[in-house]
Amino acid sequence: MEEVKEQVISLPRLGEPAPAFEAVTTHGVLKLEDFKGSWLVLFSHPADFTPVCTTEFIAFAEIHPELQKRGVELLGLSVDSVSSHIAWVRNVEEKTGIKIPFPIIADLSKEVSLAYGMIHPGQSKTETVRCVFIIDDKQTIRTILYYPLTTGRNMQEILRIIDALQTTDANAVATPANWRPGDMVVVPPPNTQEMAEERVKQGYECVDWYLCKKKL
Amino acid sequence: MACISPDGKPTESGAKMLRALKSGLGSPEEIAKDAGLPLFRVRSGLRELAQAGLTNQKDDRYEITERGEELVK
Repeated sequence: MEEVKEQVISLPRLGEPAPAFEAVTTHGVLKLEDFKGSWLVLFSHPADFTPVCTTEFIAFAEIHPELQKRGVELLGLSVDSVSSHIAWVRNVEEKTGIKIPFPIIADLSKEVSLAYGMIHPGQSKTETVRCVFIIDDKQTIRTILYYPLTTGRNMQEILRIIDALQTTDANAVATPANWRPGDMVVVPPPNTQEMAEERVKQGYECVDWYLCKKKL
Repeated sequence: MACISPDGKPTESGAKMLRALKSGLGSPEEIAKDAGLPLFRVRSGLRELAQAGLTNQKDDRYEITERGEELVK
């Protein structure tokens, strides 16, 4: 009887180090550690020369200046070859006038895709789904988003998450639902009864002791 | 190869890095600033130039080799 071996791969989780890689890209061979000191948005797309992916690449290129202002680099990935990536980005530029300014991993071996859990066989056994990994300057995974093959990503939400994470890091606060930069932030809830009693006297805008907001 | 063309000559970004090294800069951060290139590109490019024998790495700094200098004369 034939023995079936199944390899169990532990998927990356929030707060854990991003899996290291060395990969061929449209900008040469890059390692994860090359991005140390910058934030990184690592995202996968199903395939080159496909309609939704093309709209997403144009949208990523459009937010690239905003990401740069926040110290964030972009890195795309699919299981296509580097020649296919080069032909596609050249085609996008020729047809739309938009230059794709960031590198794209050619993950033919699926090494990076598998390490990051980008292939979801229920959606496709051969293509990566639309994943977004937001990795901070210390190379820790801070956010993971998965979108199905049929749904293009929302760039404003990606920018909003980065703004929220960087605001949280800089000010030791949290951000409420639908937060946008400039909105009030949530003060971490008190851990003791004494702190709860003090909290309501501290001049924050409080619904009750556990939900207080402040302006930055 | 991002910094060296198949004919062995440095690409535009490779030449920028070599010129920055020739001017005395040595850290990837300094070279990125001088060459106007993203830091990740410079880190990867310097690695490639070192593999091609055009730079030497000493700790966190790089130096241009004689062969590297020949290419940006």
